[in-house]
Amino acid sequence: MSPRPALAPTVPRLRSGRGAGAGPAGEAQDAREPMGTLGGAGLAAAAGRARTLGMEGECPAPPARSSGLPAGGAGAESPGGDAPLPGSSGSSALLQAEVLDLDEDEDDLEVFSKDASLMDMNSFSPMMPTSPLSMINQVKFEDEPDVKDLFITVDEPESHVTTIETFVTYRIITKTSRGEFDSSEFEVRRRYQDFLWLKEKLEEAHPTLIIPPLPEKFIVKGMVERFNDDFIETRRKALHKFLNRIADHPTLTFNEDFKVFLTAQAWELSSHKKQGPGLLSRVGQTVRAVAFSMRGVKSRPEEFMEMNNFIELFSQKINLIDKISQRIYKEEREYFDEMKEYGPIHILWSASEEDLADTLKGVAGCIDRCCKATEKRMSGLSEALLPVVHEYVLYSEMLMGVMKRRDQIQAELDSKVEALTSKKADTDLLTEEIGKLEDKVECANNALKADWERWKQNMENDLKSAFTDMAEESIRYYEQCLATWESFLTSQTGHHLEEASEDQF
Amino acid sequence: MEQAPPDPERLLQPAPLEPLGNPDAGLESVVVEEADRPRDEGPGDGTMTENNFWLKKIEISVSEAEKRTGRNAMNMQETYTAYLIETRSVEHIDGQSVLTDSLWRRYSEFELLRNYLLVCYPHIVVPPLPEKRAEFVWHKLSADNMDPDFVERRRIGLENFLLRVASHPILCRDKIFYLFLTQEGNWKETVNETGFQLKADSRLKALNATFRVKNPDKRFTELKHYSDELQSVISHLLRVRARVADRLYGVYKVHGNYGRVFSEWSAIEKEMGDGLQSAGHHMDVYASSIDDILEDEEHYADQLKEYLFYAEALRAVCRKHELMQYDLEMAAQDLASKKQQCEELATGTVRTFSLKGMTTKLFGQETPEQREARIKVLEEQISEGEQQLKSKNLEGREFVKNAWADIERFKEQKNRDLKEALISYAVMQISMCKKGIQVWTNAKECFSKM
Repeated sequence: MSPRPALAPTVPRLRSGRGAGAGPAGEAQDAREPMGTLGGAGLAAAAGRARTLGMEGECPAPPARSSGLPAGGAGAESPGGDAPLPGSSGSSALLQAEVLDLDEDEDDLEVFSKDASLMDMNSFSPMMPTSPLSMINQVKFEDEPDVKDLFITVDEPESHVTTIETFVTYRIITKTSRGEFDSSEFEVRRRYQDFLWLKEKLEEAHPTLIIPPLPEKFIVKGMVERFNDDFIETRRKALHKFLNRIADHPTLTFNEDFKVFLTAQAWELSSHKKQGPGLLSRVGQTVRAVAFSMRGVKSRPEEFMEMNNFIELFSQKINLIDKISQRIYKEEREYFDEMKEYGPIHILWSASEEDLADTLKGVAGCIDRCCKATEKRMSGLSEALLPVVHEYVLYSEMLMGVMKRRDQIQAELDSKVEALTSKKADTDLLTEEIGKLEDKVECANNALKADWERWKQNMENDLKSAFTDMAEESIRYYEQCLATWESFLTSQTGHHLEEASEDQF
Repeated sequence: MEQAPPDPERLLQPAPLEPLGNPDAGLESVVVEEADRPRDEGPGDGTMTENNFWLKKIEISVSEAEKRTGRNAMNMQETYTAYLIETRSVEHIDGQSVLTDSLWRRYSEFELLRNYLLVCYPHIVVPPLPEKRAEFVWHKLSADNMDPDFVERRRIGLENFLLRVASHPILCRDKIFYLFLTQEGNWKETVNETGFQLKADSRLKALNATFRVKNPDKRFTELKHYSDELQSVISHLLRVRARVADRLYGVYKVHGNYGRVFSEWSAIEKEMGDGLQSAGHHMDVYASSIDDILEDEEHYADQLKEYLFYAEALRAVCRKHELMQYDLEMAAQDLASKKQQCEELATGTVRTFSLKGMTTKLFGQETPEQREARIKVLEEQISEGEQQLKSKNLEGREFVKNAWADIERFKEQKNRDLKEALISYAVMQISMCKKGIQVWTNAKECFSKM
């Protein structure tokens, strides 16, 4: 699948070409919402700016001055987050003007308008809290119409052995109703390296968007090998989450590389990878980035200072929570291991007893059943809580990277401004450059702000769900154990009511 | 189950002590009615019991424990714990109790009492003392004897011991036991004066008998097996229970960390802040609830431990039987050989090898007078031996009868007590589950409000 040429500036808003990203305002569909309460004037003006910037191919996002990023997008329900945010109706007005100017993409418009009309119905739907896990493979909500048009699953890990190396590939199945996809179903195989490539491309295209995190390359602590079954399964689930999060992201979902990733055959993907800024230019970018970051963050706006503070503190806390949760799992596992031995001793004892045999066997039975309940509790923890918390640990690292990149972009601008004031170089050229950079900075900031709100909302929903699930698992566990012991007690004290009433310890 | 004081047993008791009646006051002994109060033999359910030395019902309690320092036998300073034993007699009419005796005893005196009972009542399954040193301890509990929790559990164990003795139909009538509760000074000397240590069977003798006895009563052999199994399985159970307790403690306590982190995290959150904060509080509640839960379980473990030690008491009775049986077999064997010797001398045939026979061969025959003398001695010995054998036989049978009666009593007590303990374990688990449900329901509510 050949990459699309750099599109007219207006188009980026609908899908991301390489280097030209569709910003958070890429919810063209949101633009359709007739109930735009915020003034569209300023927004339209910003939209105008986008045209010029789009040509550079470097603009990370068209200006979206609105700060409210609708949670909706192609996927109105992000994994774990689901309410259309209060700001959604605001930004919807933004793109109305823009979108109406697009003639060449009628087909896409069809798709979007369909979605937009669906969005109309959604904008007042009450928030439906669902657990992240239930989101991933869910096709339809009972109450809400289907807004997702891209479904991705990651499964069937397979080991491949070549003369040089051994690696694992995962099967990725994509089902979609989108027009720009050549077909409605795709099946490809990808390895971890490919996922890494995709992430890097997304980061390049959208430096100040919050890209979903990838599972770690390998786990340093412990004796987990790369090909250990548990490790592969955990990774598979995380990769599945990764792709779905991208699919649900209003902007990233239209990224071209993403599409290639999902649909290209192996050889096509390799040749696609080879295109694009070469290694040297990438190195150049990195060097510049480092140089700029060394200048420090002199003029970071207040809201980004706050954001940074939050990220730092959040990162600390979520890391702690990750450690605590892992520790709880470990302790429960050890408790389970000991309990396994506990029940059978009572059976052994009952063999030498007559009168006590029944009671002893009863106790043994209860202990064994509680043991099974513990196992269930543990697996609930490892499915609902641990992966979610861990993902947010990775997210917090990602966020720090995003902050850095934003700061770099600003530093670029600051250095040029400095150069201007010290009249070191050609002022005319500088002024022009500064103009462009100012727009770039504004772009970046707005993209980040909008995505930040979206991310925060998702984070709150995801963690809230995860903890609620954990609490539910614990309740279920105790209820099961309670039932077991109560039934034992009834069977024992049926004829000995006196004894039971005296047993008040 | 009424047990009539067996007479052969009386022979074993040192003369100066009257098991019945207080020599000073000349009180009449009250016949203990055992049949309708099986419950009273259990520990902890009630402290009331009837005792021959008091006309009225008495209550025994070990109410306090105190650290003391003193000088030991080697004149070195030592720290020990003393326990206050209070005895109350209960007026039938209004149920009021009056303190009649109160004195302090230390653990070693309890041990002395028990050893005395073991020696003087070998056919009784003597109640065990609580452990001297903390065993089967899970990591949070200290194994230190001075630790207040350990001292407290020991206090309860000692009270339990006294109640078991006081409610035993035979042991309760013992004078030394009576004095233990009433005579503070000089009690140790009084016990030692009975000379009971002399009557104790040597360990070596007992071991020897165990290996060599040919025909012990099958029931005792089975009982010995049972007591071995009981000891082994309860030890195993207690060990695993301690490990399970350890792990459970870990699970609960780690949740407490959530409390702290949630609280810190809530400071930076706007909407989630309140929910996080209160959820954190519930995590703290959850974490601290394990302390009480495990303390209760400790009492359960103590109940099992008592029967672990009871197994040893059972084995002691079996050992005594084997010893007596071995003694009997040896006496019979000795008698048989003497009879044979006598016969050989009388008839002049030498069927068995004997030293006398050899020396006769070597140094010449003995005179008829010498032979007559020897026959006479032998005949005397034989007659004595026959008498002894008869009485040993009688003793043995009495022992078996009485021991078995007490063993039956013990079996019923054990079944009752252990069933009660297991049921109480279930009750504890139920209470733990209910607490868990409550805490997590509260936490869930907080989470869902986040």
